[in-house]
Amino acid sequence: MSVFCEVPQAAPVAVFKLSQDFNNDQFPNKVNLGVGAYRTDEGQPWVLPVVKKVEKIIVQDGSLNHEYLPILGLPDFRSSASKIALGEDSPAIQENRVGAVQCLGGTGALKMGAEFLSRFYNGNKNTKTPIYVSAPTWENHNAVFANAGFEDVRPYKYWDAENRGLDFAGFLEDLEVSCFLTGLNGVRLYFGHDSFSLGVNSTCSIFCLQQSCPEHSVFVLHACAHNPTGTDPTQEQWMQIAEVMMRRKLFVFFDSAYQGFASGCLDKDAWAVRYFVSVGFEMFCAQSFSKNFGLYNERVGNLTIVARDADNLKRVLSQMEKIVRTTWSNPPSQGARIVSITLNSPELFTEWKDNVKTMAGRVLMMRAQLKAKLQGLGTPGTWEHITEQIGMFSFTGLNSKQVEYMVKERHVYLMASGRINMCGLTSSNINYVAESIHEAVTRVQ
Amino acid sequence: MSVFGDVPLAPPVAVFKLSADFREDGHPQKVNLGVGAYRTDDCQPWVLPVVKKVERLIVEDAGLNHEYLPILGLPEFRSASSKVALGDGSAAIKDGRVGGVQALGGTGALRIGAEFLRRWYNGVNNTATPVYVSAPTWENHNSVFADAGFKDIRPYHYWDAAKRGLDLAGLLDDLEKAPEHSVFVLHACAHNPTGTDPTREEWKQISEIMKRRSLFVFFDSAYQGFASGDLDKDAWAIRYFVSEGFELFIAQSFSKNFGLYNERVGYLTVVARDSENLSRTLSQMEKIVRTTWSNPPSQGARIVSKTLNCPELFAEWKSNVKTMADRVLLMRDQLKAKLQALGTPGTWDHITQQIGMFSFTGLNPKQVEYMIAEKHVYLMASGRINMCGLTTSNIDYIAQSIHDAVTKKSHFFRVENKLNRSLGRCLINMVGVFSPDVLCCCATLLPQKEKTSFTDH
Repeated sequence: MSVFCEVPQAAPVAVFKLSQDFNNDQFPNKVNLGVGAYRTDEGQPWVLPVVKKVEKIIVQDGSLNHEYLPILGLPDFRSSASKIALGEDSPAIQENRVGAVQCLGGTGALKMGAEFLSRFYNGNKNTKTPIYVSAPTWENHNAVFANAGFEDVRPYKYWDAENRGLDFAGFLEDLEVSCFLTGLNGVRLYFGHDSFSLGVNSTCSIFCLQQSCPEHSVFVLHACAHNPTGTDPTQEQWMQIAEVMMRRKLFVFFDSAYQGFASGCLDKDAWAVRYFVSVGFEMFCAQSFSKNFGLYNERVGNLTIVARDADNLKRVLSQMEKIVRTTWSNPPSQGARIVSITLNSPELFTEWKDNVKTMAGRVLMMRAQLKAKLQGLGTPGTWEHITEQIGMFSFTGLNSKQVEYMVKERHVYLMASGRINMCGLTSSNINYVAESIHEAVTRVQ
Repeated sequence: MSVFGDVPLAPPVAVFKLSADFREDGHPQKVNLGVGAYRTDDCQPWVLPVVKKVERLIVEDAGLNHEYLPILGLPEFRSASSKVALGDGSAAIKDGRVGGVQALGGTGALRIGAEFLRRWYNGVNNTATPVYVSAPTWENHNSVFADAGFKDIRPYHYWDAAKRGLDLAGLLDDLEKAPEHSVFVLHACAHNPTGTDPTREEWKQISEIMKRRSLFVFFDSAYQGFASGDLDKDAWAIRYFVSEGFELFIAQSFSKNFGLYNERVGYLTVVARDSENLSRTLSQMEKIVRTTWSNPPSQGARIVSKTLNCPELFAEWKSNVKTMADRVLLMRDQLKAKLQALGTPGTWDHITQQIGMFSFTGLNPKQVEYMIAEKHVYLMASGRINMCGLTTSNIDYIAQSIHDAVTKKSHFFRVENKLNRSLGRCLINMVGVFSPDVLCCCATLLPQKEKTSFTDH
C-alpha cells in the first residue's frame, strides 16, 4: 500500500500538453501556434545576439563567483529592472520609494506579491480580499493567487467576443459598482458608491442581490499586450480605469511580461504602468524578462514595489525577504547577471533594444500578412483585429469546434480559446495557416 | 496613509545579519565563521575548476538555447541527481519507481515536498499532521514547513549538549511516541548545525521504528560528498532506508558540493512503491511548481547535469569535492591540536568527531558574544562555526580566541537537563555561568511550537 495511493492524477497544463501533442505529431506541415515563445522566420528559437555576447563576457570574467545572492536578489539587476518599468527619470525612484524583489520569472514575481498581499494587505491574513483577474486572462493567474491563500478570485469583464474588442463598459462597471440587484430579465439596478438610491423597474419581480468589487479589492492588470486577447485599453481608457481605482481604493497589481515586445518601444509599452505611478498609486508590478530577453529558462523576473515613502517600502521589503527565504531562499544568478550587465551598459542596452525591435517587427509583419491573406482568401468575418491586437498573441475568434478542426484536421496547434502565438507564423507556413483558418471558418460552425 | 502602513518590520535572518556585521567590522584580524559556504585557504570563495570548465562548454555550445525547461526540470539533470543520491545500481531506480522535481536549491526542494505533503499526505489538506525537525536544526526548516501550511511542527531530541553527542535515547523515544504518519525531517549526513550523525547501527534502529510506526521519511541532503569526501559513504543512510522499502523524499542541494550556491541547483527525489504512484505524485508536484516558479532555471542544472553525465568531468568533480572535504578535515585536526596544546579547558574531541562543514563548539552565548565583540571572530549564537572559515593564517588567532573565551569568560559550568516528558514537549536548557564573584543560572524554556533550533544557515 503506497502512502501516495490516494493522490489523484492532475490534469496536465494545457499549453504544455498542446506542445507535447505537437511534438508527437508526424504531419509534415504541422504548425505550433500554442506556447508563447518567440520564433524566427525559420521557426526556430532565438537566443538574442546581445545575450550570447553577454554570456561570453560573464564566463570570461574571473572576478565573478557563485556565492549566494542577497535574498532580494542582485542589487544592480533590481534597480535596473525597476528603471526599465518606471523610466530612467522616475520621480518615484528618485524619492526612494521604489524597491524590488528579484524573482523567478513573472510567475515568481506574481507569487511573491500574492503571498505578501495575503499576509499583510487589507488587514492581517485577510484571505477573503477579492482578487480580480481579467476574463479571459493567463491561465496561471487564478492558480497563483489561489495557492497564495486567496479564497475569492473573480473575473472582471474584459473581452467582448461579439465585437472582438475591449468590453470597456463592463470593465468599468466591475471596477465601480458597490453592489447591484439583478432582475429576472437581467436588468441591473445599481447602488451608487456613496448613495443608496434605488430605482425599481416595474417589470422586475425577482431580485437577487449581488455584491461586486468591495473597496480594497486587488486587480491584476496587464501592463500591455494582454494575454490572451492582445487587446489593451487606450491611454484615455487607462486614465478612466485609474480614476475609478483611486477613488475606490482598489489595489493595482500590474503583470508586465511583454515590455518592448508589444510595440517594439520600451517606453510606449510602459505607459500605463508609469501613468499609474504618476497619479500616486502604491502598487506592484510583476515583470518578466523571459520574452523580451528570450531568457525563458533562466527565470528572470522582478517584482517592482512602489510605496508611499521609503519607510513603508523598507518594511514591505523586510517581509518579502521572509517569504522569499522559505520559497527559494535567494534567487538564481545567471539570468539576472545577463540582464543586469545588458541594462547597465549603454552599448549593450542599445543592442538589446534593437534585438527587441527585431522580434516585435517580425510579429507585426506576420500580423499584417495574415490579415492580408485572409482578406485575400475572402474568409468570412472581419480580420481587423489581427492587426489591431498587439503583442505575441492574437485572439482569432475561432470557436472551440473550429479550433478542434484546426488541430485535428490541419495539424495547426492552437489553444482551445482560439489564441494563436503570432511568433509561430513564418513566411513558409503562413499560407498554410491562412488556408487552414479559412477552411475552419467556412466548414465548421 | 500607506496601504502598507501596518506592515511590521521583520527581523533580519540571523546568519545574514552576522555577515553584514562582519562586513562592517574594520578590525584587521576579523574572521567570519558564520555562513555556510566553502572558503579556500586564502579565505576566498572557490569556483570549482570543473564548474569553470563546464561553463565554458555551455557558452560554446551553439546547440543550446533558452527555451523553457519542462516544469519538473531538465531531464538529464533529474535522472543524474537521483543516481547520485541512490547510487548507480539502485534497484529502486531500475524498478522505475524513482522520480523527482528539479528545484531551487535545497530550500526549493524542501518547499515543494512540504507543499505536496500538506495537500496530499495523510489525508487531503491535513495541516495537522505533525512535522518533526531535529533539536537543533537548520533555522529555515521550521519556516518552510509552516509556510507550506503545517500547523504542528515539533522538535525531536537530537543534540545532547552535556555529552556533546547524539541523544539517541531521546530520538528513539520521540520516534516511538510520535503519532503514526508524522513526518520526520532527517539530515542525510553532516547534520547542520551539530555535525553529529547517527552511526550506521543507530540509523538501523531509527529505520526500524519509523517503519513500524508508519512515519514519513523526509531526508535533507545538502552535503553529499562534502562530509566524508566520499559520495557513496555520505549517502549510506539514504540508500539504507530505500533498501528497507521506504517511500520517501530526499531534498538534495548542489549548492555546497558543486559550489553553485547562487544558481539554485536542487532536486527533490521521490521514491514511491511503484511507477504508477510515482506518476500521480509527480503530476501533483507539477501543479505546485507551476504556481511557484512555473519551471526551473537552466544554468545550474546544465552545469551539474553535464558534469554528472560525463565520466571524466564526474571524476574531476569528485576530486574537487575531495579537495574541499579534505581541507575541512585538516582544519578540524589543526584546531583540535591547537586547543589541546594551549591547554584550553574542556575536551575538544568533538571537533574531529563531528563531520561536514560545521562544528558545534560548545561555546555558550556569553562566550560567543565575547568572541564577536572582543575578538572579532563571528560565529552563530549557538556556538556553531563554519570550519571553512578557518585558514592556516587565522587558525592560531581563532584557537587563541576560543581559549580566551573559555578561560576569561571565567570558569563555567553547564548543565543540560531535559524536562520530564509527561509535561509535554519542552526542552529546558540550564546554563550556568559563574565568575569568581557571582553565580547565576539561566533557564530557558522552549515550548513545543517555538523554534527549537538556533539560528544558522
